[in-house]
Amino acid sequence: MTRSGTSDAAAAPLTGGPRRGRVRGPGVPLPLLLPALAGLAFLLLPLVALLVRAPWRALPVQLTSTEVWQALQLSLVSATAATGVSLVLGVPLAWLLARTDFPGRGLVRALVTLPLVLPPVVGGVALLLALGRNGVVGRGLDAWFGITLPFTTAGVVVAEAFVAMPFLVISVEGTLRAADRRYEEAAATLGASRFTAFRRVTLPLVAPGVAAGAVLAWARALGEFGATITFAGNFPGRTQTMPLAVYLALQNDPEAAIALSLVLLAVSIAVLAGLRDRWMTAS
Amino acid sequence: MTHTGQTAAQPAAADASGQGLNARIVVERGSFRLDVALAAAPGDVVALLGPNGAGKTTALRALAGLVPLSGGHLRLDGAVLDRTPPESRPVGVVFQDYLLFPHLTALDNVAFGPRCRGASKAQARAVAAGWLERMGLADHAGVKPRRLSGGQAQRVALARALATGPRLLLLDEPLAALDARTRLEVRAGLRRHLAEFEAVAVLVTHDPLDAMVLADRLVVVEHGRVVQEGTPSDIARHPRTDYIARLVGLNLYRGVAEGHSVRLDAGPAVTTDEALYGPVFVAFPPGAVTLYRERPAGSSARNLWRCEVVGLETHGDRIRADLTGELPLAADLTTVAAAELGLQPGATVWATVKAGQTHAYPA
Repeated sequence: MTRSGTSDAAAAPLTGGPRRGRVRGPGVPLPLLLPALAGLAFLLLPLVALLVRAPWRALPVQLTSTEVWQALQLSLVSATAATGVSLVLGVPLAWLLARTDFPGRGLVRALVTLPLVLPPVVGGVALLLALGRNGVVGRGLDAWFGITLPFTTAGVVVAEAFVAMPFLVISVEGTLRAADRRYEEAAATLGASRFTAFRRVTLPLVAPGVAAGAVLAWARALGEFGATITFAGNFPGRTQTMPLAVYLALQNDPEAAIALSLVLLAVSIAVLAGLRDRWMTAS
Repeated sequence: MTHTGQTAAQPAAADASGQGLNARIVVERGSFRLDVALAAAPGDVVALLGPNGAGKTTALRALAGLVPLSGGHLRLDGAVLDRTPPESRPVGVVFQDYLLFPHLTALDNVAFGPRCRGASKAQARAVAAGWLERMGLADHAGVKPRRLSGGQAQRVALARALATGPRLLLLDEPLAALDARTRLEVRAGLRRHLAEFEAVAVLVTHDPLDAMVLADRLVVVEHGRVVQEGTPSDIARHPRTDYIARLVGLNLYRGVAEGHSVRLDAGPAVTTDEALYGPVFVAFPPGAVTLYRERPAGSSARNLWRCEVVGLETHGDRIRADLTGELPLAADLTTVAAAELGLQPGATVWATVKAGQTHAYPA
């Protein structure tokens, strides 16, 4: 800018500066602003409608019915159990993906993330083929151990874990990759085996990431519908979780469906708030 | 732990019984090849000194088992450790930025090693408390690392490395993370602890002062190879590379001696006190150089060169002149002398050095 020989040329960028600044200022171009507002409205409108049409007066009665409580309880228990399964299996899997190098690791990683994009119903069908009474593994489970998974509460947990675990694995793997590996080296020079280093150093260091992943998985498990209804069915008190109850209620008692939806909405907002306060802003 | 002061007092180099460190570290990584031989007896403190990128830290990591050897060998107290994983080596490491576990207290950081090596929780904590006490940190046992000062963190890291009773202590740039004032204090403390340590200590540094204060023996590494080793005073007096000469503040030249005269590779001849024959180094301190504006008449100095000032910088209360010309050299003079000479970049000066102030030694 200072190199130009004539004063005219030198003056040009000076006048050009503020002009460019004005374009970048608070004014947002309409071609961006309008779709953005429409998008926001599109996302918020259904939630507003849910609140507007909520049978507020009948709500206490709706929410205290046995069916609702059964469904809510089952949802909370099965989502928590599915999160537990995801933690026990998913954290080691995330470690394997983040810390070791084996042939086909990229493929394994892709397969792990597949349930993220797979339609849950397909997941449910696949689970039936694997763990159903006549499934590849299910037949053995039934014949040798007398364990039957489909259409049981345990089946709900299996279906939810199948859908939710990838969220945890991806989240924890990212945290592990970002963590400073030299702490593990320091632990090794102090005599810690790789497992001890993982347990006593790595895991505490990545705990916030694991917790965030667990919450994501939990929320996903709580809302799980397709795989659950396909693999576990829809038996009140046994496999009928909140989303299934909502869907069923919508057929014959729309007010109950709205009430149930409000409960799920409240839980989701609570999860989001908890996530943001604890982990999102901390990182 | 079992060795007494007697073994510690023994001189350098691994003895015949195989006690101490005997290693040749070869690590190949792409086009970079590190090949460094190290030998040290129990009680020795060896400093690996060298510029950044010379491979010092890689050598240290190879000794710790964090980098696999591409070749060579590693024996410690007679045991072959070439392929031993880091957690099974009797080696303690103080990392450059200490790497204290942030979620553990100072006490638990120090207790970590003993616990991993099989001590019960109570035993490990007792050992750790003892080490913190020795480091003067008994009051800070319950403190998390982020609340420790740099000097305190350094001592906790040292305590953590020593708490497992290592037969080889490795320190990577132990003072680099500290500010100048803390450094002085921590250096003195570290020197005391290293003197008390009865096994082999190897430290890596690019700071010659740290190396000379802390170590009994220096191994200078450049481009992955050992270019010189010896006692700090030997290396300070007889540098063999430009890097070391700069570190110790000497003008250094290579040449061929014929008696008292050395024909320098750089061009002119230098007269020295020593009578030598064949390839030699000639070194003299910048303070031994005298500068004149005009060619001195009837000067006794035979070493007289016409030079041009390239740059000037202050060194404490003196001025260091960087000269080029017949012989490139650095000269120190007082501020007054510099003013009287009217020194400025581009000025022509005559530089002399008395034969008695040059030092020649075989290359």
